Amino acid sequence: MRTVLYLIRKEFKQIFRDVFLGKAIIAIPIVQLLIFVPAVTLEIKRVNLCIIDRDMTSYSRGLLEGIQASGVFRIKQLTLAEDEAYSLLNSNKSDMVIHIPLGFGKDIGRGNPVKIMVSVNAINAMSAQLSWVYLNGIISGMNMDIALENIGSLLPTNLKQVDVTHRIWYNEMLNYKHFMLPGILTILITVIGMILGGINLVKEKEIGTIEQINVTPIKKHQFIIAKMLPFLAISLMDLAFGLVLGRIFFKMPFVGSIGLLFLSATLFLIAILGLTLLISIYSHSQQQFLFVAFFFLIIFILMGGIFTPTDSMPLWAKRINLFNPMVYQMRITRMVMLKGSGLIDIGKDLLALLTIGITLSVLAVRGYRKAV
Amino acid sequence: MADKVVIRAEDVGKHFGKLHALRGINLEVNRGEIFGLIGPDGAGKTTLFRLITTLLTPDSGSLTVLGLDVVTQYRELRRQIGYMPGRFSLYHDLTVEENLNFYATVFGTTVKENYTLIADIYSHIEPFRRRPAGKLSGGMKQKLALSCALIHRPALLVLDEPTTGVDAVSRVEFWELLRGLREHGITTVVSTPYMDEAMRCDRVALIQSGQLLSIDTPTAIMEGFTGKLYSVRAEENYSLIMALRANPHVHTAHPFGSSVHVTFNTEGYHATLPQYLHEKGIENVTIEPISPGIEDRFLELMEREP
Repeated sequence: MRTVLYLIRKEFKQIFRDVFLGKAIIAIPIVQLLIFVPAVTLEIKRVNLCIIDRDMTSYSRGLLEGIQASGVFRIKQLTLAEDEAYSLLNSNKSDMVIHIPLGFGKDIGRGNPVKIMVSVNAINAMSAQLSWVYLNGIISGMNMDIALENIGSLLPTNLKQVDVTHRIWYNEMLNYKHFMLPGILTILITVIGMILGGINLVKEKEIGTIEQINVTPIKKHQFIIAKMLPFLAISLMDLAFGLVLGRIFFKMPFVGSIGLLFLSATLFLIAILGLTLLISIYSHSQQQFLFVAFFFLIIFILMGGIFTPTDSMPLWAKRINLFNPMVYQMRITRMVMLKGSGLIDIGKDLLALLTIGITLSVLAVRGYRKAV
Repeated sequence: MADKVVIRAEDVGKHFGKLHALRGINLEVNRGEIFGLIGPDGAGKTTLFRLITTLLTPDSGSLTVLGLDVVTQYRELRRQIGYMPGRFSLYHDLTVEENLNFYATVFGTTVKENYTLIADIYSHIEPFRRRPAGKLSGGMKQKLALSCALIHRPALLVLDEPTTGVDAVSRVEFWELLRGLREHGITTVVSTPYMDEAMRCDRVALIQSGQLLSIDTPTAIMEGFTGKLYSVRAEENYSLIMALRANPHVHTAHPFGSSVHVTFNTEGYHATLPQYLHEKGIENVTIEPISPGIEDRFLELMEREP
């Protein structure tokens, strides 16, 4: 025990003696949170429209007014030439072309079905889809008005219809910052723990100090624990730091228990650091380590559900995600912070993290002797 | 520990893939002696040391160190070995003092407890104790590494090429320190590529291509030299060696600094050699009989083993 403590003290001494590292540990979370949280957003604002209005009736103008009133769309160009409209779409100057054909108003007046044509620039599939959904909402609103108008003139009774009212829970304002911050925090502590911890061990190999350590009576698990705990502590410190920053700058709510979040972060980091040490034990140089670490890091992040809901992934991806600690931690962080979930709600996820963590750590301890 | 033998190797072998790093090593190192392992780079010195220090396990044969088996009792053994790897491998970013404290603590002891053992060595670097180890000079790094290897009062000290890359004065000083350690009852196994250092050992083993050629006292090894040795000097060393090696009467010709050490196949040929060299256009030749050094014997042994 005394040996482990001494080893840990040695690590901290080395980390904070490195002038750059000592500062980076503090500076990196500030910069990342302040840049990424406001920058990464899925809200669609200012979709540039090009309108081909061949109809020019009160109906078509009504539709355009509705579109403009939404605040999402901005009519950039009104034209009658299709060529011009599509060249704007081609040159990315416009995101969407709405073509209202001649006779649109007349047909509505007669009660005939009418069609408009919408072309969307789907270079960015996600924003294309979202603007499409917004537009659909506006058009179905208009449909309802037309229907009411028609029916109203015949039957002055209330129209029977399902009236949908909705309320958004846990993030009432649909504030993307509050959705992104827990995810970015999770990525942040992962990267810090992984890079610092992994490079540290590989460096001992490159310098040769590990030779010297190996002839001492230090036991395998003591060595691995001493390589894990300092970086676990630094990552947790950065998590706390990030939560405070989020509170100050983004008024990030924290509904659940802070203790629970830190418990889960600890389990999560044990898994991440277990993997990190496992990689670095088998790496001969820092390049090798970084290469493999990034391989895992990118998979973890992109499949971890920061942007895309993991529930809508294909089945095989969901199976892979069973072994992705970030999925659990990302979910737990959001649930605890936004929803105030308790131990029972996240128990299964915690258990999964614990299992992954123990497995990887045991593998790291066992691999240590063989590989070094 | 009543046993006089500190290291006993019986038919030890180690290979890395297809490469046989060590073959049929039989060796006994006695308590309290300075045992030298002499051989060129890649001969297997470091591999043998890594077996002794339990960093590697032998593929065949048996190896006991301090009466303990290196495979099954490595944990017990590690407490009693001090190892100084060939490369300086202390923490560059920790100070002299911190490095020493670190190794003392890891072995469950304190600097104070064993200070008497390292006092002679550490006193040289103590004025710099607050300096990061990475900023020490070569000779001081080596003394710090030795202090760290000794801080837990090991029964056996294993030094892998401790004087490589160290200046001549520090080298002499270092060997004095090793002699001093013998008085504390510490057995030292040391490897070196420098032949002159071999003479400072109590016994030496010559190693070549993973096999031991000879184990004896340095004097006995020198005396094992079979032929008659001559030192030949001329103005131009390179053409001299070329001419000598082209002569069928010459058995061996090895460059030694500014002279060439020569043995002959034909007894008495040395008298006619200046004539031969003159014909080859080499002038100002001096030839004198010399007594062989350990390196001569080593080269002789190496030639015998293909």
